[in-house]
Amino acid sequence: MIPIWLYLTVGAALFCIGMYTVMSRRTAVAILMGVELMLNAVNINLVAFWRYGEQLTPAGGAVIAGQAFAAFVLVVAAAEAAVGLAIIIAVYRNWRSVEVDDVDLLRW
Amino acid sequence: MIIGQLTPDAFAFGFFTLLTLGGAFGVAMNRNLVRGVIWLIVSLFGMAGFFVLLSAPFLAAVQVLVYIGAVGILFTFAVMLTRGMTNIRERYNEQWWLSALVSLAAFLLLFFVVIVPVWGNADPITAPLEVATTVDFGISLVDGNQYVLPFEVASLLLTAALVGAIVIAREED
Repeated sequence: MIPIWLYLTVGAALFCIGMYTVMSRRTAVAILMGVELMLNAVNINLVAFWRYGEQLTPAGGAVIAGQAFAAFVLVVAAAEAAVGLAIIIAVYRNWRSVEVDDVDLLRW
Repeated sequence: MIIGQLTPDAFAFGFFTLLTLGGAFGVAMNRNLVRGVIWLIVSLFGMAGFFVLLSAPFLAAVQVLVYIGAVGILFTFAVMLTRGMTNIRERYNEQWWLSALVSLAAFLLLFFVVIVPVWGNADPITAPLEVATTVDFGISLVDGNQYVLPFEVASLLLTAALVGAIVIAREED
């Protein structure tokens, strides 16, 4: 059996790579990809903690909170990707650019 | 701290780690965004493997269907529609070294917290042999005492996101 700290380390590494992508890339599409990586790193942690935790409630039912949480994260990530990419396409239509530095209309 | 003897699931874990982290590095480093999407799909596939190893087969299937099937295609279309990969001047902005530093520091902090038992309990934790099944998961989504309300809210959110994405991306005439 794989010890849990390996899963957590992979999750941490993935989260940090995603964070680096978000902070350093110029293109908005690449930034969204980094956000997806971060959300998935969180999902790995959630499912790992669920797997290594208690599986049965005192009443005899199954504990499913980690999986349910991960599924909802997945739903929100899908919604975020759809809306985010729609915004990117709308921005591209107006600015002819997908680089986040070019879109500075609201910058003070 | 030692993995012990090399069991098949240790091999599988190493393989999926390679896929996941390699794909993530591909996303972070790649100049061509179409290749970046392919690397993202590789990474997401590795995560589906992790879900299989963690005995969550439903999540693994959903990961392949929703992420690789839907989100991957969505990203591919966005890259093609914006021609983002052809007119790239620079991959990184001017604070990329600071970002690398912060990310590395964050990883070291997380790694430290993971391997050092700061809050006690250094006992090796083993996973329980019995595990909740996909049937339990399905029942919990329609059980009034568990997750039926988040389930309905999630469906509402997906509908709103669908309509919102169409409204935002539509050509106004």
